[in-house]
Amino acid sequence: MKKEITLKINGEEFTKEVEPRTLLVHFIREDIGMTGTHIGCDTSSCGACTILIDGKSAKSCTILAVQAAGKEITTVEGIATTEGAHPIQEGFKENHGLHCGFCTPGMMLRAIELLEKNPDPTEEEIRWGISGNLCRCTGYNNIVKSIKYAGAKLRGDELPSTEPEFVE
Amino acid sequence: MIPSTFDYTAPSSLDEALKLLHDFGDDAKILAGGHSLIPMMKLRFAEPEHLIDLNNIPGLSYLKIEGGMFKIGAMTREVETEESAEIAVHFPIFADVAKLIADPQVRNFGTLGGNLAHGDAANDQPAVMLALDASVEIAGLDGRRTVGIDDFFYGFYSTAVQEGEILTEILIPIPSGRSGNAYHKVERKVGDYATGGVAVHLEFDEQGICTKAGIGLTNVNPTPLRAVRSEAALVGTSLDDDAIASAAQYASEDCNPSSDLRGDIDYKRHIIKAVTKKMINKAKQRAFKN
Amino acid sequence: MIQCKTSKEIGGMGHSMKRKEDDRFIHGKGNYTDDVKLPGTLYMDIVRSPYAYAKIKNIDSSEALKIPGVLAVITGKDLEQYNLHWMPTLMSDTQMVLPVDTVMYQAQEVAAIIATEKYIARDAREAVRVEYEVMKPVVDPFKALDADAPVLRTDKPDKKDNHIWHWEVGQKEETEKIFEEAEVTVKEQMHIPRIHVASIETCGCVASYDKVDNYLTMYMTTQAPHAIRTVFALVAGHVGLTEEKIRVISPDIGGGFGGKVPVYPGYVIAIAASFLIGKPVKWIEDRSENLQADSFARDYHITAELAGTKDGKILATRMKVLADHGYTDASANPSKFPTGMFSIGTGSYDYPNAFMEADAVYTNKPPGGVAYRCSFRVTEAVHAIERITDRFALEIGKDPAALRFQNFIKKEQFPYHSPTGWEYDSGDYEAGLKLAMKGVDYDNLRIEQAEKRKKGELMGIGLSTFTEIVGAGPSKDFDILGIKMFDSAEIRVHPTGKAIARFGTKSQGQGHETTYAQIIAEELGIPAKDIQIEEGDTDTAPYGLGTYASRSTPTAGAAAVMAARKLRDKAKKIAAYLLEVSEDDLEWEPGKFSVKGAPEKSKTIQEIVFASYTNHPQGMEAGFEATHYYDPPNLTFPSGAYICVVDIDSDTFEIKVRRFVAIDDAGHIINPMIAQGQVHGGLTQGIAPAMYEELIYDDDGNILNGTLMDYLVPTAVESPSWETGHTVTPSPHHPIGAKGIGESPTVGAPPAIANAIVDALKPYGITHLDIPITPYKIFKALKEKGVLDKNIVES
Repeated sequence: MKKEITLKINGEEFTKEVEPRTLLVHFIREDIGMTGTHIGCDTSSCGACTILIDGKSAKSCTILAVQAAGKEITTVEGIATTEGAHPIQEGFKENHGLHCGFCTPGMMLRAIELLEKNPDPTEEEIRWGISGNLCRCTGYNNIVKSIKYAGAKLRGDELPSTEPEFVE
Repeated sequence: MIPSTFDYTAPSSLDEALKLLHDFGDDAKILAGGHSLIPMMKLRFAEPEHLIDLNNIPGLSYLKIEGGMFKIGAMTREVETEESAEIAVHFPIFADVAKLIADPQVRNFGTLGGNLAHGDAANDQPAVMLALDASVEIAGLDGRRTVGIDDFFYGFYSTAVQEGEILTEILIPIPSGRSGNAYHKVERKVGDYATGGVAVHLEFDEQGICTKAGIGLTNVNPTPLRAVRSEAALVGTSLDDDAIASAAQYASEDCNPSSDLRGDIDYKRHIIKAVTKKMINKAKQRAFKN
Repeated sequence: MIQCKTSKEIGGMGHSMKRKEDDRFIHGKGNYTDDVKLPGTLYMDIVRSPYAYAKIKNIDSSEALKIPGVLAVITGKDLEQYNLHWMPTLMSDTQMVLPVDTVMYQAQEVAAIIATEKYIARDAREAVRVEYEVMKPVVDPFKALDADAPVLRTDKPDKKDNHIWHWEVGQKEETEKIFEEAEVTVKEQMHIPRIHVASIETCGCVASYDKVDNYLTMYMTTQAPHAIRTVFALVAGHVGLTEEKIRVISPDIGGGFGGKVPVYPGYVIAIAASFLIGKPVKWIEDRSENLQADSFARDYHITAELAGTKDGKILATRMKVLADHGYTDASANPSKFPTGMFSIGTGSYDYPNAFMEADAVYTNKPPGGVAYRCSFRVTEAVHAIERITDRFALEIGKDPAALRFQNFIKKEQFPYHSPTGWEYDSGDYEAGLKLAMKGVDYDNLRIEQAEKRKKGELMGIGLSTFTEIVGAGPSKDFDILGIKMFDSAEIRVHPTGKAIARFGTKSQGQGHETTYAQIIAEELGIPAKDIQIEEGDTDTAPYGLGTYASRSTPTAGAAAVMAARKLRDKAKKIAAYLLEVSEDDLEWEPGKFSVKGAPEKSKTIQEIVFASYTNHPQGMEAGFEATHYYDPPNLTFPSGAYICVVDIDSDTFEIKVRRFVAIDDAGHIINPMIAQGQVHGGLTQGIAPAMYEELIYDDDGNILNGTLMDYLVPTAVESPSWETGHTVTPSPHHPIGAKGIGESPTVGAPPAIANAIVDALKPYGITHLDIPITPYKIFKALKEKGVLDKNIVES
């Protein structure tokens, strides 16, 4: 039996009828049509489906759409402002924090919550903080660098260099 | 992967939830954090007809000190125990264990009550509760009862929470004197279930003699295991090397691991011995850090 | 260190230009296959075999068909009517699309459900009843060759055993003689285990067949859209789907690594379903299907031997491979190379003689043999040679770095002819290793290690100095299904001086939209930001063999250079005409031609392009376009020197990679930031098989770790902070001296890590451990040595 749910996605309110078994990630991708949130594993192992629910990072492949009733959801489509890219988006672009881009939305949304709780994290804290998000392309070095850059930007500190560093 | 169909209710009070649970009986499952249940439903290992979501019930998520007990509401998220400065005063073990449970997103939703009520010896919190000598409060239509942690874990996915009941609170005695605790597990990669994990809680008198020892083991027994002989080997000693070595040895002998992808029985016993020793030392160090 | 010839504004080679493709990805506007939404789309799900080897007695679809929304259940018998139940593999073997009577591996496709919704298709999967007669499978490749082993490929009337092919190269007799007479010989048996690329995006497609126009548009996750179009035409031409009626579109790809080269049955079934029903059919596999059924990588059992002198001179190597191919040879290799480039196995060392041989067998496992971010079996070869080199150093008590310096092919020996038939184009192995040793502070690490050993602590230092072989390939040797392995570029510059360039390759994250633009900017002086790059649509892009095996820069990158140079020649003629001087009086600097001795008289490339449309010399073809199909004269030979430092907990044997310094030499670098990013990623895909990943099967052919919960892809916590650098030895035959970089680190890292771990365990007499090396494996090895309780636990 279908249930009617009302929720906000990126500030816009939606009311839809869904089967209780509808996974939130399918609801966002198929029912709402926002495809920036990806599916990578089905077992909540990879984090490609990470979104924010009331500001908390969540794996939307392991949450039912009906559980999100009344909540505010943020996806990658909703993090830029009218002034431009979110600092985390800027961080990823400036620091080559992405290759294929498939894990990137989930990685960025996870990083947003991480930086909210810990505005100036160490490399170790960043690595543990994104341990629920797999990236197969980048080797994580530049993701760490991207998140550090975004942290500095959000704090209003001087921005770290985005040039690659080499053993010389 | 997609679950099979079910009905969903999100009651707004515990009574309502208990009534629904009573009415639906075996066909219903309780949804807390959902991060154990929903994966099983997606794999169609679990196919409940009704899902009763506890997330809209107020008053099930809290951390408070009352009557010498630390009380944790069953719907308290793992992340809240991980980050609570209040808990960390007496129980730094919560930060140890939470960091090793799955990943940050899962800990944002996974609950302490769900972790215990799932009844899985591979989960980490059961060993911690054994070490801390916790008890749990269980509510039914007939009222509430409290069960000591040693009487809680029955078997594979089976606990003292009976049909029609809901786990509501976890109670942990607050140590009065010098104490320390610690948890570590060996895992194949971060967020994995334990190859073997050890929780240790120690209390000491003013002379530095161990007055109470709690040791719980993760994923090396069909149910979460208290290392009884190991605890006894420590109580009454000043935790000299011999006492610690004996405790570690007993833990490795008394567990009953099975052979799987994570390792064979010998390896797991070896891990338990090594980690028990490390965690006793770490808990002791924490107890005497000031 | 890297010199740029162009200004930052132009952004040619050597600039760490930020990627042009990133904006759409960071805003969630990437367009991956599962994001393709066509009106009226139907959804496909697949029933898979729970058994590794079984006869299909019956498939009962009646209950499934009763579910509202289920339109069809397609079986092998249905496809047999159209002769579509088998298809060719890239290695000219045959593979089932859907089985008619026998399943050959667990998770093999058995039937396909077509439904109006994804959820309904999934429900119907549960409702299809399949009756099997289970047979005892062949799982162990060594037993596959036993006389009493059942012959698996009964579909091949002449097949009397499970042997697929034998391959050999080198000097058999000379090598044997050297081994008989050598002062020192060492030998290790190694398994390079079966692993899976596990790109975060799984595979899938939307097959959209228009019955009226008899035209198929196929959106799919493919690294090689043109070759795939040809394969589809070969498979389905007889039912009227000929090549001009097929358009393959490869949208954004969420990582490929070789796993998106093959044609999987799901693609073909989706096409068949769309062809029959006349509506778009979407199939997106889930992660379990991806891990359990899509092509594996590696799975080579290697006996590696080395003969040398007591003072460390290497004389010969001998390698014998048993390759487990699963039930069909569906490797992705050039046709003439059944073991790919395994014969690069003499590595960076000056071997007078070598002999290598391989035999491939059928087993009841999924087919495959793809790359896993590696060019055609190079990783297997490099692992064998780098491990056996260390084994030799251990045997004669020589430092592994010193041993390598002693035996490197010297800089002045290039072009170097290897005993297995390759002509190495260039290299400077000493320079790389020296830089790596300096970067990691090698000498002090050895001192620290000696001190730690006295205290019973386990610390290891591992080296890997490897040679890659990429850029397939020259047409005299390299083809896939007969199609030569050239690649292509087409450049069109618009009247206003902005350009679009199209390629036969397909980026899966490598950054082609940026690096190709930089190559063209370097050659034409048009700013890279003004050059749009397009790939992956067979209706618009020139034909090419695709992106894998680090071939894009060596082939399509070279094609871009050649096409751009054709345009520069044309530009020169136009400039001479406009400036009213002879071509010989002109000189080029990036972006303009000027008159020698009169630099104020010049024409910019933009002015010249505009003139090509508005004022071109009479008799000259108008416009500013060029195409080039580049047939490389040789492969390129990137190299690397990697040093890994590990600390191992002496109680739990947990392994910590403390440091990892990687020095790569890929010739001239197009974009240092992107090249470094490729190295970082490749290194994490190097630590993955070295310490974490392996597809594990039990004796009944059941996969034991078919999800990401148990197939252990490293996170940011397992992955160390990589330290990288480079030396630059340009390829002499590549037009811009570039070599290819994407896979070197995956090739070079595993032996560095394995060598480090084995080095840490040296005091306990351990000479080899198979990857993935886990704490559990170390425990078992130490237990076998009988040293556990004595030396470790009580220490």
